[in-house]
Amino acid sequence: MTIAIAVVLVTVVGLIGAGILVLAAKFMQVEEDPRIGQVQACLPGANCGACGYAGCADYAKAIVEGAPVNKCVPGGAAAAQGAAAVMGVDAGETAVVNAVVGCKGANEICKRQYEYEGVSSCRAAAAMYGGPFACPYGCIGFGDCEKACPFGAIHVENGLAHVDPAKCTGCGMCKEACPQKIIWMHSSQDKPVVMCANHEKGAITNKECSIGCIACMKCEKNCPEGAIKVNNFVARIDYDKCTGCGKCVEVCPRHVIAMPADF
Amino acid sequence: MAAKLAMIFFSMILVDNYVLVKFLGICPFLGVSKKLNSAFGMSCAVIFVMTLATAVTWPIQTYLLTPVDPATGELRWDLGYLQTIVFILIIAVLVQLVEIIMKKYMPPLHKALGVYLPLITTNCAVLGVTILNIDNGYSFIESIVCAAGAGVGFLLAMVLFSGVRKRLEDAKPPKCFEGLPITLVAASFTSISFMGFGGIIENIFS
Repeated sequence: MTIAIAVVLVTVVGLIGAGILVLAAKFMQVEEDPRIGQVQACLPGANCGACGYAGCADYAKAIVEGAPVNKCVPGGAAAAQGAAAVMGVDAGETAVVNAVVGCKGANEICKRQYEYEGVSSCRAAAAMYGGPFACPYGCIGFGDCEKACPFGAIHVENGLAHVDPAKCTGCGMCKEACPQKIIWMHSSQDKPVVMCANHEKGAITNKECSIGCIACMKCEKNCPEGAIKVNNFVARIDYDKCTGCGKCVEVCPRHVIAMPADF
Repeated sequence: MAAKLAMIFFSMILVDNYVLVKFLGICPFLGVSKKLNSAFGMSCAVIFVMTLATAVTWPIQTYLLTPVDPATGELRWDLGYLQTIVFILIIAVLVQLVEIIMKKYMPPLHKALGVYLPLITTNCAVLGVTILNIDNGYSFIESIVCAAGAGVGFLLAMVLFSGVRKRLEDAKPPKCFEGLPITLVAASFTSISFMGFGGIIENIFS
């Protein structure tokens, strides 16, 4: 009997509450712009935040309120055109952005300074004297980026992260996850990348890694456009000046400069 | 009467502060206290919902769960054991309803409080205030005042603590303390400081 009263009472209270909510939702509905839903359907739904808004829903709302349609990096041209068609505006240009890992130090190349047996996370390993490898700037290879990638585009093989350009959408989640800050967003697919971040002097780099940038200046001297500069003992390319001629790729004695197609 | 109401109100703010003394509603206290603006918005929503929830749950308890026969002074029936579940249900419905009404008729208020309202739906501080009002045997007016005081106490704790957290951002604690650990340590110090208010209110108003 007691159980029956309890069940009935709670059910009745619940039903009354549900009834009130249904009526309220029906009579006090707020009309939302139907275009918000249509625009959101064009976006990839990764909620990565690369557009600068809190998520796909927030960006769709902003587009309807007049924000530019080409801010979605993962969606690329398709998303921009879809949103532009809904809004009746011009899509504008969208660059193909891919993540690149600025390190070529796989397990057999990179020397170890100690054996790490802790939590399998780059962030945890990096807190221990910059990671188990002798080079404190390189890829640690526990796959924090792999876990962060919403598209399954980055994988650790042999202690080094590799990006699958076909799957990568350039959202930048891996860049945020990497404690070494060696994942970069590369927007010029026909221009080379210096795949090293070691800021130590050449001799020290040479002791730590057989392929790291030793700041020999060959690329800087051979670049016809003056686009590549060795700064703080590592070569960096100015993509505004770079024409993608590939001269630096040829002359680099450490083969650390590469075209995106050859990663 | 007025003195008793004032005593309830101020003791809810200082002596029986829901966050810092009773340790209810710690989740929003830690989660939303990063910025002063959001801390203030959240607290206003809490004051609003606490008062409203008490105004609805007090009659439910008095007339539905444990009604007293005025002639004999005995309980007509005792469903007091359903208190928690019925209160949760009613508070959840109430918050949703308020959100719908606000969205329709008060868009600016909805924009200011909207994000925080669903967070409060099943907040333990709101449930706590409604249940403790019943346990303390407060009348309807006293319950409302107590709920409003609890809300203002929440506001005080949030605003004070968002100031503390702003200082924490500039401080450089040891690496293992960074983030949540140092925040919890700071919260415990703030809580200890509120222990100092014990007994003050009773002496002022009695």
